Amino acid sequence: MATTNLAPTALSAGVSTGSKAPRPGTKMKSFYPSWFFIPAVALYVIFFAVPTFASFYFSLTRWDLFESTFIGIGNFVEFFQDPQLLNGFIHTFEYGFATSAAKVILGFFLAVILTSPVVARGYIRAVIFFPVLISTIGVGIMFKSLLDPFHGIVNGVLGVFHLPQPGWFTDPNLALASIAAVDVWKGVGIATLIFMAGIVAIPSEYFEAAKMDGASSWKIIRTITIPLTRPATATVIILSLIGGLRSFDLIWATTGGGPGFTSDVIASVIYKEYQAGFFGLSTAGNVILFIVVTAIMVPLSSFLNRKAVEL
Amino acid sequence: MKRARTAAWIKGVVAIVVSAVVFLVPFVFVVLQASKNPADASNLTFSLPTQWQFFKNLGDVLATNNGIIWRAFVNSAVLTVCSVAIMVVLAAMVGYVLSRKVTRLNPVINFFVLAGLIVPPAVVPTIWLLQGVGLFKTMPGMILIEATFGLSFCILLFRAFVGTIPRELDEAAVLDGAGAIRLFFGVVLPLLRPVIVTVIVVQSVAVFNDFAGPLYFLPGDENATVQQTLYEFQGQNLSFYNLLFMDILLITIPPLVAYIFFNRQIVAGLTSGAVKG
Repeated sequence: MATTNLAPTALSAGVSTGSKAPRPGTKMKSFYPSWFFIPAVALYVIFFAVPTFASFYFSLTRWDLFESTFIGIGNFVEFFQDPQLLNGFIHTFEYGFATSAAKVILGFFLAVILTSPVVARGYIRAVIFFPVLISTIGVGIMFKSLLDPFHGIVNGVLGVFHLPQPGWFTDPNLALASIAAVDVWKGVGIATLIFMAGIVAIPSEYFEAAKMDGASSWKIIRTITIPLTRPATATVIILSLIGGLRSFDLIWATTGGGPGFTSDVIASVIYKEYQAGFFGLSTAGNVILFIVVTAIMVPLSSFLNRKAVEL
Repeated sequence: MKRARTAAWIKGVVAIVVSAVVFLVPFVFVVLQASKNPADASNLTFSLPTQWQFFKNLGDVLATNNGIIWRAFVNSAVLTVCSVAIMVVLAAMVGYVLSRKVTRLNPVINFFVLAGLIVPPAVVPTIWLLQGVGLFKTMPGMILIEATFGLSFCILLFRAFVGTIPRELDEAAVLDGAGAIRLFFGVVLPLLRPVIVTVIVVQSVAVFNDFAGPLYFLPGDENATVQQTLYEFQGQNLSFYNLLFMDILLITIPPLVAYIFFNRQIVAGLTSGAVKG
């Protein structure tokens, strides 16, 4: 695969870039003008940084977009006292970690299979990857029909084998897990590709030497493939967690957070409160999501990247 | 040897069947649904249509609501092309200087680039800001928002790729009398072509498929993007599942075409970082 030349990990590149190249002559410096930053910085500041900082203030207000009344931490108190909103908070973690873990495990084993000599590798890879590229809303609508409790094909097949036919999106205990499963179905292709790129980059001598020494394929996976694909694992974990914790589209297209509030996450609460006109509360949800995501991602990515460097 | 080959074959056949059932059946279902009449389709069963009316449904979808889908495709095309164009040029400029010139500013910028990747955008404050500058519910506003949200990812790819272009080239161009602008736009930018293609394809698919962005920042029928049309079909015409699935089929075509032609670039963009931290 021609993928390896775009080297550094998205999230670790900051540590390593530029340090290896010889220092350019000082006279070249003026040919790399700092004003090249300005247009991008302007967009970033206006449309991203300002709203983000403003959100800290507006989350402490009652707000209708024109006038805001400062009410202290009232919105946050409401968020954590209202059981429905609190549920969304907890679901965000469950959803994020479950989808991320499933993508890592499934993606890894699919990648091991697809990098071994299997017939029709290209076809299987294409088929697994294609859902990544299609509209999340479309996927949600599609699965809502496929998992329909009475007419959907999944329950139809289960019925043939006399297995229970649950209401995937309509059973309060199952709704969130069903959405997570669809999320994995849609996203496992990226994880697989990332792991494949990582496995292909391992020098084949390692595998050959291990085979010479009579190692079983399970032992090869455990002692060579897993440790040496650590950068890939880090990338998959980070990307899928960032996506999973912020997930909104698929939940909105399948259950809309229901039945009741049993599949709400923070991102869907933000939208609901926004729709209901509680802009301050909605923004408090945004601030909470911000804190959740950074509190998880910053230590995690520095931990994962440190491990990668140690190897 | 022969036994190993048989085993590989069996493994392969199993893999093909499983992947077909898990990943292709849903798409077959979409096509079947899109070919049914309304009564058939609203059953939601996985069955052949009692009467095939694929092209009638296609015509109906295209005519629904005064042809909202045409407008939506135009809107999505404008949004995608403009925002990705802005993203590519601005991110390439940043990635280039960031990779070439090491200053005390670099760690700060790197930090903000990563923040842009991780931090979820604040929804209502962004609406408030767009209203303040008069860009709420306008296409230019949406374009700038999409461009901003995509910047971080693009900058990371460009910075990594610029590092692989030898500096001697810059020096040679300078000796030949190129200025800073000629050096970048005339010499370096053309060399970035592989990564530019990757960025364009990956981000185009992302913007084209974005649902939450237009939902928040570009409401209104006349501004609907293709993702919003799905929502419309689902919300209002619950008895017309055939048209809903035809709509899904239609808006899947652009990413499908992108995938067929730019398979390798998409893979390269999404897997960069898999190999070495």
